[in-house]
Amino acid sequence: MKMTIDFQTYFELLNLYSDYAMAVDSAEWEKWPDFFVEDGTYRLQPRENFEQGLPLCLLALESRAMIKDRVYGVKETMYHDPYYQRHIVGTPRVISVEGGRDADTIHSEANYLVVRTKYDGESTVFNSGHYRDVIVRTPDGLRLKSRLCIYDTEMIPNSIIYPI
Amino acid sequence: MSGNPTVFPKDPVWPGEGSSRIPFWAYTRDDLYKQELERFFYSGHWCYVGLEAEIPNPGDFRRTVIGERSVIMVRDTNGAINVVENVCAHRGMRFCRERHGNRKDFFCPYHQWNYSLEGNLQGVPFRRGVKQDGKINGGMPPEFKLEEHGLTKLKVATRGGVVFASFDHDVEPLEEFLGPTILQYFDRVFNGRKLKVLGYRRQRIPGNWKLMQENIKDPYHPGLLHTWFSTFGLWRADNKSQLRMDEHFRHAAMISTRGQGGKNDEVVSGVDSFKDQMKVNDPRLLDIVPEPWWNGPTAVMTTVFPSVIIQQQVNSVSTRHIQPNGHGSFDFVWTHFGFEDDSEEMTQRRLIQANLFGPAGFVSADDGEVIEWSQEGFEQNPAHRTVVEMGGYDIADSEHMVTETLIRGMYAYWRKVMGQ
Repeated sequence: MKMTIDFQTYFELLNLYSDYAMAVDSAEWEKWPDFFVEDGTYRLQPRENFEQGLPLCLLALESRAMIKDRVYGVKETMYHDPYYQRHIVGTPRVISVEGGRDADTIHSEANYLVVRTKYDGESTVFNSGHYRDVIVRTPDGLRLKSRLCIYDTEMIPNSIIYPI
Repeated sequence: MSGNPTVFPKDPVWPGEGSSRIPFWAYTRDDLYKQELERFFYSGHWCYVGLEAEIPNPGDFRRTVIGERSVIMVRDTNGAINVVENVCAHRGMRFCRERHGNRKDFFCPYHQWNYSLEGNLQGVPFRRGVKQDGKINGGMPPEFKLEEHGLTKLKVATRGGVVFASFDHDVEPLEEFLGPTILQYFDRVFNGRKLKVLGYRRQRIPGNWKLMQENIKDPYHPGLLHTWFSTFGLWRADNKSQLRMDEHFRHAAMISTRGQGGKNDEVVSGVDSFKDQMKVNDPRLLDIVPEPWWNGPTAVMTTVFPSVIIQQQVNSVSTRHIQPNGHGSFDFVWTHFGFEDDSEEMTQRRLIQANLFGPAGFVSADDGEVIEWSQEGFEQNPAHRTVVEMGGYDIADSEHMVTETLIRGMYAYWRKVMGQ
């Protein structure tokens, strides 16, 4: 059921999307898990799997603890070419709202484009897709209950290290 | 360095005897790359095309690649699997543009030539010409025969649900191609159970395709490059392990049984990737449950030359398909799967452990990165060579993993076939 939300809530939603993008583009990886509730999930999935109903993801992080494990991997364990990334996130589209006036659960989606720049390299489109999110209200503000990134990019340019 | 001032040698010769020093030009020359396509991917070898489970029903097809040649794997109305080249017999078009689907027949949109699921040409529009004002205009010459203009048909072999094909109809039987030793490790995974496809992952790695074969013939690196393998004992030098090859040294299996991990100074002292204090926050990432079919080893990595790697790393199972495109790049396509008798818990376990693998995997992302960096080194000085001498110079099966013998084996075979 589609419901409207008040502008204050939509403003908070906009902030969530832009704060997330800022955090993952600023290499402040420790901030990334904080966008999720404790049992929140993060999935990065090729569009072909999603459309065929195949469950495999590129990353399937099933809790905030597992998202923290990924942060440790990014910071400490994965040898990789360093790169900058820049998220361009479209205006979120609210699909449905639960919880009446409190709008305590929002289903929304937004297109994203991630541009990668390696040292000595040009800036190239790295990953293109859209977020499908379930967002819940917590005492600390809006948080992600789940973020599913469905990407169109057919061939990953070698590897993905940092969070999308 | 080699002392040779020439960076781009005109007629380079293989440095010395044996195969423990591999010239950088083996990864950078376009002429050699084309020869590799001819001699490894297009003749004398079986190449991976897919899994039977991807095309369960008559008419199901999936487009894939052997070397650089687009092919279609299709199940015909009799249930048999055919592999045909995706090139129209008329004007050479790659006519099949969908990646998968279900069809009664194939046709090329350009002039609507129509093919059966076996690749036979069934019809050509205006074959007998077009009647106009009492005259017949055009048409194919009377001696044109449909049966002479089918799609290129490949020889097909299936085993345990895996489909291989070859452009070379004189290729030896698949079982002989694999040889008895490698066949045993192949059958360990593909023992007749129906497979359940979990999904795909695709990456383009800017490196020579052989580097990926070498990566999985190199048991020396995982406990050093990969924190997860060294710290949690999944794969490292103090694990009980075996290395096995076929008689030509082209295929190999690396067999390992997980140790306790932790601090054994012999193998982790001074190793940057080893993280003594590391613990996973979510234990599901390492929720390993032994399966009866493992028969002991917790990991077996099998390289089938030239086109595929079969992965069993604890509960994560996949095929990894090597699709070269040019001397300095290949596409790497992962098909993760499970088995029809998997419980829902086991499926979830396979999916969560898949976080270790693939283009973003805790472990495998590093492999793509180091392959890219190797290729960069090769390109800047093709006259130089690598040193693959861990464990000596010989080529032999091994009861430990502190050796690069499998890579030496692969290059002994490569030299023989390539005449280098």
